[in-house]
Amino acid sequence: MDALSAAFVLVADPYVLWVVLASSLFGMFVGAMPGLTATMATALLVPVTFFMPPVPALAAIVSATTMAIFAGDIPAAMLRMPGTPASAAYTDESYAMARKGQLDLNLGTNLVFSVVGGLFGVAVLIVAAPLLAEIALNFSSYEYFWLAALGLSCAVLIATLDPLKGFVSLLLGLAIGTIGIDPAAGFPRFTFGTVELMQGISFIPAMIGLFAISEILRSSVAMEGGFEAVEGKVGSIFKGIGAVARRYWFNVLRGSVIGTVIGALPGAGADIAAWISYAVSKRFSKEPEKFGTGHLEGIVDATSANNSALGGAWIPALVFGIPGDSITAIVIGVLYMKNMNPGPMVFIQNPQFIYAVFLIFILANLLMLPLGWAAIKSAKVILRTPRNVLVPLILIFCVVGSYAMTNSIYGVVVMLAMGIAGWLLEENGFPVAPIILGLVLGEMFEQNFMTSMIKSDGSFLAFFERPIAGVLGGLTVAVWGLFAYKAVRGLSGLRAATA
Amino acid sequence: MTQFTRRGLIASIAAASAAGTLSRESFAQAAYPSRPLTLVVPWGAGGGTDATARIVGALLEKDFGQPVNVVNRTGGSGVVGHSAIATAAPDGYTIGMVTVEITMMHHQGLTELKPTSYAPLALMNEDPPGVQVKGDSPYKTVKDLADAIKAAPAGKFKASGTGQGGIWHLALIGWLQAMGLKPDHVAWVPSNGAAPAMQDLAAGGIDIVTCSVPEGRAMIDAGRAKSLAIMAAERNPMFKDVPTLNEALGINYSVGAWRGIAGPKGLPADVQARLVAGLKKAYESKEFTDFMTNRGFGIKWADPQAFAAFMEDGDQKMGAAMKAAGLAKA
Repeated sequence: MDALSAAFVLVADPYVLWVVLASSLFGMFVGAMPGLTATMATALLVPVTFFMPPVPALAAIVSATTMAIFAGDIPAAMLRMPGTPASAAYTDESYAMARKGQLDLNLGTNLVFSVVGGLFGVAVLIVAAPLLAEIALNFSSYEYFWLAALGLSCAVLIATLDPLKGFVSLLLGLAIGTIGIDPAAGFPRFTFGTVELMQGISFIPAMIGLFAISEILRSSVAMEGGFEAVEGKVGSIFKGIGAVARRYWFNVLRGSVIGTVIGALPGAGADIAAWISYAVSKRFSKEPEKFGTGHLEGIVDATSANNSALGGAWIPALVFGIPGDSITAIVIGVLYMKNMNPGPMVFIQNPQFIYAVFLIFILANLLMLPLGWAAIKSAKVILRTPRNVLVPLILIFCVVGSYAMTNSIYGVVVMLAMGIAGWLLEENGFPVAPIILGLVLGEMFEQNFMTSMIKSDGSFLAFFERPIAGVLGGLTVAVWGLFAYKAVRGLSGLRAATA
Repeated sequence: MTQFTRRGLIASIAAASAAGTLSRESFAQAAYPSRPLTLVVPWGAGGGTDATARIVGALLEKDFGQPVNVVNRTGGSGVVGHSAIATAAPDGYTIGMVTVEITMMHHQGLTELKPTSYAPLALMNEDPPGVQVKGDSPYKTVKDLADAIKAAPAGKFKASGTGQGGIWHLALIGWLQAMGLKPDHVAWVPSNGAAPAMQDLAAGGIDIVTCSVPEGRAMIDAGRAKSLAIMAAERNPMFKDVPTLNEALGINYSVGAWRGIAGPKGLPADVQARLVAGLKKAYESKEFTDFMTNRGFGIKWADPQAFAAFMEDGDQKMGAAMKAAGLAKA
């Protein structure tokens, strides 16, 4: 309880509240601009958080991403362009509603159920994270090895639409992760005798490159002015929301649960959560034929899901240091920078910081109601921001941020190189998120494998001897079995098709 | 962190406006230091080395009237930061914190840098290794543990605390050799530093952690680990109940992780003298002593000559120990 009251004091600091408000406005703007994602908002905040104490630094990221995921719904309905990939699943549906003259109802529904879904995800985070941390205190290298293996496997299984290309990206990330000093024997690998490469590919500059620079390259290929044609006129958005809540309360709950679980799974974030819960909603709907014609039901599911995924993603990030999505991959880097090394120990050493994060999550979700209303009302002005002003500003932030991470030009070089690589990959249909997961989990995977082998004197059986390790190991092997089954079925399907 | 940064910002604005009032000529001839200094730290923000560097930086800033920016150049097991200090311009505006690894890395073949690659300025701290076991371990004293280790077959006990060939690994080797055992009688499990090793100790993955006692403090305070001994000549006043190896076993073995300030080779004599005077003042200040003792960090001073001799001595000892353990590159 001492930690909780300490957390209240930390959050009630006017500086922290100011940071929450400022980054909320920033997140609303970034989310509402098509092409700028919530991950990019986080990457752009890195140089700013560098100069902040831990609580405001985390507050900035939490508030900005919470707002950005909702704000992505606004241009989806008005322009048929998702503000962030998390709104892509129901962009057509939202736009169809707007065409039918239901823009107000659509935006009101998105706002209110984003708040509800967000609060649900946070509630699960608050309950589950400390419990899991207590269990994780007994984790040794065997358990962490299996967690890393499970995380890498999940990334391929659910995080991408094309598993083969996802797998290639993941291997690319793992390969890049081997650069630098080998975590077990301390031997330099792929450094070509340069001192800078001994630190490895620093992953925050790499992320800024992959997510921000590649986006800048994409938009500069098709440079244009602001967005002019905004559909419809916004009236009273909260009218009729009560009726929606009574009719679709189960969809809200289902979307929130799916969102939180998918958020907590490594590698998949808000965008996948929205796609899956939209599909689930259609599958179990009493009137699936209405989907795609401007029907509210699937939107309720998906808009709850993408916001609840945010809180869910923080669970593995805080407890195990395994990112639940690409946003928390950056968060883990920021935590290390602030000496709050993610893992169960942070719950013992700095519980007040963890509670402060929880409080800020709640605060940000509540703040979303008034700010979201304001954003909807001023959407036309926001969407008129010229991109040729925005893009150079983003580039400056990218350079400053990656310089700040390594205190040398090395970070900037990594960022630019990864940006160009990321752009080329995405243009050819290879997702970039698995690269980051490979980069973050690769070292964890290798190091825990090596230390486990040293501890067990080279016996593989030791990986199954401890009870939790045994369960995790069984689960991982089951996932691999699922891969093999799908591959075999795919092959026989192919044979049947060609025969 | 912000505090220093904000203060640094205000100070640099003040310095800039002060410089503006001076004539160009007097500015050019102004005594060292006439502009902000950079203090390079080869280890991450928030760790023990970073904390020590930041308090030294803040005290130097007060003495010099110039901002001292602490810059973390991490990675490569310390090679990146140590290299940045050695290759900086020898004008006294870039100095850095060198750590015990400078006497070890070149034996492993990681770098060409060694203690003689620097202009030593001052030794500020030394921390002895400890012997930590799990909170509910059956070993109540370090003698119980030593007897069990001697009786067990080679490789049965596993220890950790840092990477392969790191300072705490060498501490273990030294202790084993002092007991008449082989360097690999206890197997070394490399870790990413003291904190993950302490967590693995509490989780039951390993048997012993030989990091310094302040590094293991969080787990010890939480009751999940206990410290049986420290490998030092005297007890640590912050951890009075932990005996020395000499008291418990009659073994007089001590080796420590140390931190000092150095600059690139070729510093002008007057610049070096000014830096050493500032560091001496910082070392003797109440702020520094309070800060270090509160965290349980040891303090130890050596002037440039003594620091150079101290590093040379450490370099030879480390070389011999690493060769004996098969960790040195032939």
